[in-house]
Amino acid sequence: MGNYPLHLAILVLLWGYIYTSWSLMGRLGLVSFGHGAFMGIGAYTVVMLWNHFGLSPWIGALLALVFAALVAIVIGYPCFRFRIVGHYFALVTLALSEVARLVIVALRDQTGGSLGATPKGALHGGETMSIGALQFGSKEVWLVIVFAVWLGGLWVWRAVDRSMGRLALQAISEEEEAAASIGIHVTRAKLRITIISALMTCVGGILYAQYQLYVNPDAVSGIAISLQMVFGVIAGGMFVMLGPTVGAAFTLLLAEGLRLAFGNKYPALDTTIYGVMLVLFIIYMPKGILGAALELFKLPRQPSGRPLQ
Amino acid sequence: MSEVLDIYLLEAVLNGLLLGGLLALLSLGLNLVFGVIDVVWICYAELIMCGMYAVYYLHVQFHWPLLVAMVAAIGIVALLGWILHQFVIRPVLSAEPINQLLVTGGVLFFLQAAATLAFGIEFKNVGVSLPSVRLGEMSFSSSRLIAFGVALAGVLALWLFLRRTYLGTAIRAISQDRAVMPLMGVDPARIFRITSALGGGLAGLAACLLVLQYDIHPSIGLSFGPITFLICVLGGLGNMMGGFVAAFIFAQFIAVGGFFFALEWGYVIAFVFFIAVMFWRPRGLFG
Repeated sequence: MGNYPLHLAILVLLWGYIYTSWSLMGRLGLVSFGHGAFMGIGAYTVVMLWNHFGLSPWIGALLALVFAALVAIVIGYPCFRFRIVGHYFALVTLALSEVARLVIVALRDQTGGSLGATPKGALHGGETMSIGALQFGSKEVWLVIVFAVWLGGLWVWRAVDRSMGRLALQAISEEEEAAASIGIHVTRAKLRITIISALMTCVGGILYAQYQLYVNPDAVSGIAISLQMVFGVIAGGMFVMLGPTVGAAFTLLLAEGLRLAFGNKYPALDTTIYGVMLVLFIIYMPKGILGAALELFKLPRQPSGRPLQ
Repeated sequence: MSEVLDIYLLEAVLNGLLLGGLLALLSLGLNLVFGVIDVVWICYAELIMCGMYAVYYLHVQFHWPLLVAMVAAIGIVALLGWILHQFVIRPVLSAEPINQLLVTGGVLFFLQAAATLAFGIEFKNVGVSLPSVRLGEMSFSSSRLIAFGVALAGVLALWLFLRRTYLGTAIRAISQDRAVMPLMGVDPARIFRITSALGGGLAGLAACLLVLQYDIHPSIGLSFGPITFLICVLGGLGNMMGGFVAAFIFAQFIAVGGFFFALEWGYVIAFVFFIAVMFWRPRGLFG
């Protein structure tokens, strides 16, 4: 494969993985606008520790994961304990992602502020990879890595599905009081999912930073990237395993396709079309592309009334 | 030394007060729409952005007098609010609440991208520069003073409208009980349309005040959109008085926090304060 298709494949898998991480919570009715914070924590913790202290990204990643889990608990526990749901949950997490972005910008002496930062290069001479520095010159290596991580994400999705049972999941998302009354520990169940989702998103941020070898606050944190995750998932389909990945592929290919068709003459044409499609999706096709497609193909063979997995 | 510090601190506090007036106006339309229709317009700040572009093009490109351009812009954004309700919100009124939130997020993407496509990413300025007002050692920008005054007048006018007119009473009644009002002969669909246009008009008014202070660019909505939502939630979504008070609290955090640290830290403190308040009072300070 040439470099360009490889690059696209890596991005689709990486974003597919991040969107999958988000939708672990999203399909429980926990619509988070704060996942940019976890991605930013992953990306910036690793890059900053490497640049300022020469700490290997492997150790940096461990610290980033601990940090992300702590933030997830500090935000998640009170939210679930005090039943902050729906609009309110979305807006509290929105504040979180803005806090992450603003802190990164405010620490401009260390982080480079809005201009972003580049991890110090570890590949000298003819080296093509440095495992200790988590830097790889070849895109093939990256494709293998993100593919493995993406598969891992799908495995987690499946494991969550199996361990809790679809009925318990639906019970929590639809009727919290009723779920609690039949013995589901709602706060604990939600918190566990939130921590898993945050950790996975944090890993996504780390990989993003190490692959692009450049981070900036708007690309990895803040409201814009958080909304991008939410809408990528909605476009693809929140309730099916491959839906988020389809959403990532769809948005990326739409942008690239329009860029190839029109060049850079119309810089925001793809997002304009994407915005219109999102509105139409949410109104007429709330299950997303994959969800709707599966429904279309499966309906004749399945007894009616059975919800899709 | 300490006296100098005090006068600058006082200046920061007063500037915070001026900012509070503007933020109060920003949150007003969003709160009105939420209180009546029970929908959060995530794209509210993007409607304001449209209003700012309207003022810019009418005044700078078509040479309309500034005030006429502003009045026209308010009308245009009111129309946008009406369109938003008719074509985007109405189809999802009976869908899950979170879908209503998300659909306006799609509109946010669309408006931002469409503005980039139509107007480019260059910063635009209406080129009105007003002198700053000196008060002893302190100086204040007069565009901020005007914004503060107009914002307070707008809040008062809306309050009178809701209290003293038949239509206003109907709007308040709908927000209190959506189910029973149709039985009293009030058509909710009509009230929703009027409220949406009114909410849009308030966004347009905010736009007129913001163009005096800020450059216009397609993603300007993201810089004050989040804070507008947080103010509304802090005051209790739909509670207009709560939002009004919350705006001044938030503005003080930003102004005084920004005075002691960097500006971003002022925002960080305000946002962390918001999160903490939510845990203490999940329905907002006055919810």
